Amino acid sequence: MAVEKPGEQPEFEYRLSLAEISRCCGVTAERILIMVSEGILTPSGTTQREWRFASSDLARARSALRLEQDLGINPAGAALAIDLIDEMQQLRHRVHLLEALFLNDRHA
Amino acid sequence: MDYKDYYAAMGVARDATQDDIKRAYRKLARKYHPDVSKERDAERRFKELGEAYEVLKDPEKRAAYDQLGKDWRAGQEFRPPPGWDAGFEFSGGGYTDADHGGFSDFFETLFGRGGHFRAGGPFRASYGAARGEDHHSRIEVGLEDAFRGATLGLQLRIPEYDAQGRLSSKLRNLQVKIPRGVTSGKRIRLAGQGGVGISGGSPGDLFLEVHIKPHTLYQVDGKDVLLPLPITPWEAALGGKVKVPTLAGQVDLAISPGARSGQKLRLKGRGLPVPGENPGDQYAVLQIVTPPADSAAKKGLYEKMARELPFNPRAHLGG
Repeated sequence: MAVEKPGEQPEFEYRLSLAEISRCCGVTAERILIMVSEGILTPSGTTQREWRFASSDLARARSALRLEQDLGINPAGAALAIDLIDEMQQLRHRVHLLEALFLNDRHA
Repeated sequence: MDYKDYYAAMGVARDATQDDIKRAYRKLARKYHPDVSKERDAERRFKELGEAYEVLKDPEKRAAYDQLGKDWRAGQEFRPPPGWDAGFEFSGGGYTDADHGGFSDFFETLFGRGGHFRAGGPFRASYGAARGEDHHSRIEVGLEDAFRGATLGLQLRIPEYDAQGRLSSKLRNLQVKIPRGVTSGKRIRLAGQGGVGISGGSPGDLFLEVHIKPHTLYQVDGKDVLLPLPITPWEAALGGKVKVPTLAGQVDLAISPGARSGQKLRLKGRGLPVPGENPGDQYAVLQIVTPPADSAAKKGLYEKMARELPFNPRAHLGG
């Protein structure tokens, strides 16, 4: 199978406008505004026209929309779930690090 | 084609009420939702659950499914009896609002293929040009590649709908340039590398999330690199110089006298070189390892220490 060459340079930590993040999520801008007001998304910039969403916001928005659709929760519930999931992931990472570093009995 | 036991998939009895089924779905959906669960096969379980619920929540589909009888076992070779669905009318072409991309052949044989495109996708009305779908995936990057930068081959399985709306998947090989100093959770956009546009519409984008692969020696914490470093009791007590591997090669590390197990020694700037920031650090985490007393001579040394080193690590326990 032929290997495709990248058409453009990959863009790291890209930023998205309100229109772009709406399109990427396949929802209207109104749904995005609700997620901003619930604190799920925190764009930089003062006016809506200047808003720029970080790449991590896109992941949070997609996750929130999936949770809303699949679990029948509202945006406030999704906001809570996402914060708790983030915290749980950080704790899992800490536990993993501590186990790997301090409960390591390979050399015992 | 394998028979699917939708009741077993949802953990409910065949005579469960619609309320029971909804409750079971909500409970399992919370457990296996891929955004929530870390279980290895969460995504597969969640899809199976969605398929089962799609059938059991709908009285028409459920009745049709029930008519197949209860003697089938999950995984059993299945052919629908002729005329099995006579008298049933599936509203909406069999599909409602769920994402049907991953439903099984079993489901499709029984309930047919409905809408041409997945609900919630970026497809607009079926006429005129439409932008291609965005694709989201993750890319696994080795720690050494993250340290030095690399061009990685990425294999993606891309779902595609043909003109009749049938779903198939195509394997796609792509080269992705990873800059040095990339860390876990960093996100990449490859413009125009997503799904092809419809009727001349522009292609979608490909979004990738970076995951640093587990390493045999190091643990990675953001841009910092941690290395469990075994040392001897005499190195800990007397101090000394030991050779330590780093991503850039071996370096000497000075251990001060009286080192403790679990102590973190910093090798400044030896972590991942994140662009525009101070580079990460490497930490050597000391683990004091005692040699086994597996010969008379070694036992003798330990006994000599026991006699000549007054030491009670349990004094604070009253021991």
